[in-house]
Amino acid sequence: MIGWWLVNLGAASIALGWFLAIYASLAAFWGGWKRRIAWVLSARNALGLIFFLLTLATLSLLYLLANLHFEVAYVHSVTNSPMPMYLRLTALWGGQAGSLLFWAWLMALYATTVAWRDWTRDREFLPWVVLVTGLTLAFFLFLVVVLENPFRRLWLTPTGDVVEALFPPRGAELFYPREGRGLNPLLRHPGMILHPPALYLGFVGFVIPYAFAMAALMTRRTDARWIRLTRRWTLVAWFFLSIGQLLGSRWAYDVLGWGGYWGWDPVEIASFMPWLTGTAFLHSVMIQERRGMLKHWNMALIILTYSLVVFATFLTRSGVLSSVHSFAQSAIGPAFFIYIGVTFLASTWLLLRRWNDLRSVRPIQSLLSREAMFLYVNVLFLSILAVSFWGVIYPLLSELFVGEKVTMGPPYYERATGPLFAALLLLMGVGPLAGWGRTRWERLGRLLALPAGLALLVVLVLVFQGMRSWGALLGFALITFTGSVTLLEFVRDARARRKALREPWPITVYRLLSRNPRRYGGYIIHLGVVVMALGIIGIEFFQYETQRTLALNQRLQVKEYTVEYRGLQVFNTHDGRQVARAVLGVYRDGQFVGEIFPRQDFYILEEQPMTIPGVYSTWEEDLYVILVGWRPITTEGATFKFYYNPLVRWLWLGGWVFALGTLVALWPQPQPRTVRVREPRGVQPVAVGD
Amino acid sequence: MNKKFLIGGLLMLSAVVYLVFTAMSQGSQYFLTVEELLARREALQGRKVRVSGAVLGPSIVYNPETLELRFIIVHIPGDNDEIEAQGGLAAVLKAAVNDPDRPRLPVVYYGPKPDLLRHEAQAIVLGTMDENGVFQAEELLLKCPTRYEAAVPTQAADE
Repeated sequence: MIGWWLVNLGAASIALGWFLAIYASLAAFWGGWKRRIAWVLSARNALGLIFFLLTLATLSLLYLLANLHFEVAYVHSVTNSPMPMYLRLTALWGGQAGSLLFWAWLMALYATTVAWRDWTRDREFLPWVVLVTGLTLAFFLFLVVVLENPFRRLWLTPTGDVVEALFPPRGAELFYPREGRGLNPLLRHPGMILHPPALYLGFVGFVIPYAFAMAALMTRRTDARWIRLTRRWTLVAWFFLSIGQLLGSRWAYDVLGWGGYWGWDPVEIASFMPWLTGTAFLHSVMIQERRGMLKHWNMALIILTYSLVVFATFLTRSGVLSSVHSFAQSAIGPAFFIYIGVTFLASTWLLLRRWNDLRSVRPIQSLLSREAMFLYVNVLFLSILAVSFWGVIYPLLSELFVGEKVTMGPPYYERATGPLFAALLLLMGVGPLAGWGRTRWERLGRLLALPAGLALLVVLVLVFQGMRSWGALLGFALITFTGSVTLLEFVRDARARRKALREPWPITVYRLLSRNPRRYGGYIIHLGVVVMALGIIGIEFFQYETQRTLALNQRLQVKEYTVEYRGLQVFNTHDGRQVARAVLGVYRDGQFVGEIFPRQDFYILEEQPMTIPGVYSTWEEDLYVILVGWRPITTEGATFKFYYNPLVRWLWLGGWVFALGTLVALWPQPQPRTVRVREPRGVQPVAVGD
Repeated sequence: MNKKFLIGGLLMLSAVVYLVFTAMSQGSQYFLTVEELLARREALQGRKVRVSGAVLGPSIVYNPETLELRFIIVHIPGDNDEIEAQGGLAAVLKAAVNDPDRPRLPVVYYGPKPDLLRHEAQAIVLGTMDENGVFQAEELLLKCPTRYEAAVPTQAADE
């Protein structure tokens, strides 16, 4: 009975939420256009109400999932009784309809939070921010209510068919399946619990800076105010987007059992593309804040990011491309295309109308200046974007126009983006040393001499040790160079501070970070990237794999490891899996170091196997073993695939450093102590400190 | 100053175009049907392509010692709309394996035999055609359409 009420409550809430989102957009537009604040405030209240309604709907769906109400089609498609409670709850984003509702709920959360900030200094932005967030919500709620309603139930018609519908068809009775189909086994992993919400928090978060950008264009208040207001929103969005992708890689490495962490799958690229433009945006806005330049770039980047965020949601949720990520084919594709097209064209049109308002305060003076470096960063990120976008879109175009099916494999992306990533890594080292306005070569040369020398030294040592791969040598050189530049900057600043203030080291480091969290957070992020690059170069250039069938107690040599096959058990678990678990003894240079347990879980109800590798991990390399075959009755032999993945642990460590750096950058900037005076009209406040 | 940036931008653009083209020559693979592959055999010899077809169950031969796996795939249409028009993937696969006149392609693959490799499964193989007309597969992907098409539940409680 509770279930019946909750289905109706949920369905009614999302429908009402949708109408309110349309109302909020119209009211905000009218209020902004006619300058009627009452309408704007009413629109804002509507946003709050939408958040309340979507919370009700989400809680209802969670209740239905937790209590296995299989008469609800969505619950039936993503849960079953062997699944533990935490998986039933996370099934909220395990399927299409639920994840779209979750997306809309997060959007409403962000929209409400931003709408209730203190607007006294930026009143003119409010209507347009409400309009953009309201329109985005209206679109997603349209999908949730009309095309992919999570509260549809199953009905048994008099003709004996089972149909899915929101309202009972004539003469039909509610249909109660005995068992659900269960969450896709691949998604039943702790990494999967956090990966989708983190990505969504990132996607949705970028709507806020976009909304402010549009507000700035509408109101012609095109100074850096909108950027200052959204700096932390952007960082939060970017943080979650980065974390989401790292978690996804980790999940792929731990669960998918193909020895890798990133496969250039179209859906991976889809979430990578807004990250590229978002990262460029994050860098580029600093120039507008400090120097009043690159204004066109910032607008273009945030518009692109918004479109790519919606595009990514579309790719993952429409089934237009088949991959591990996408669910079934569905009708939401055309709606997405229209929405992306309309918003992209409208915002581009607005940007072009305001083109002259966005002229730089001053031109870039020299190719060798901090400003120019940021411009190169933008260009490189956009180049990587272009390469990736072409790879995703080319197969579709080719089929459409030439009638030939083509796929773009990882070699395409690796070859085309590799040099661009290398250039970015180099820029990460040189950029922070270039001065504003103009830098002389001699000064830059002096600063770069030591890091360049170190890089050369590393290359010589590696060549001497027998490394001959040009790509890897270049990679290690860049890592040494950029890593040491960044560390030296730190050390130099800390030394200067210690010399002046004579504080103990920990206090120096703490004060350094807290005085300028933005600068040092950025450096820590750069260090994280350098450390990640180490792992990526290790696995990309030096991965070694082999496969072999081993008899019981037989041994195999894999580089400096010896692996001994010690046995295999097959057993059933209470959550509906049949597990085949092998035991391998691992010896490194003849010394016993431990056992690993590669296994295959076969989900009986879903008839789906899942391969979990056994990994012996060190800072030098991972020995990553997959169980691929065994003979069940005799258990005399089993087939394994062995991967030798050098340095991959650094990739995960780099990810942690990266996340830490972002948190530092999010730390509130200390307000310079100043006497409050009234701001004269037309004068921009200037940030103090770097 | 503007001129410098213009030249720089053009250089960058040509660099990206160059990268894309060289990478495409190695990274892009044709996705063909068995019929298309056989028709263009000469032109495609030695080039990496992706082929999709229906697995012929009785043709599967596997040697667990050498990990040599041989089987035959039968032509199925490549176009999704065409497959839908013929009654969906399951029906298309069934029709393919029961039609002796359709083009067939022998495939050899070295590796463990996947569980999903069975009669009427859809196989997508990536590899090259050798001079004997045998497809040397490096990658083997399998899809069994029947499993996920059971959208309508089968069991009901007695309410």
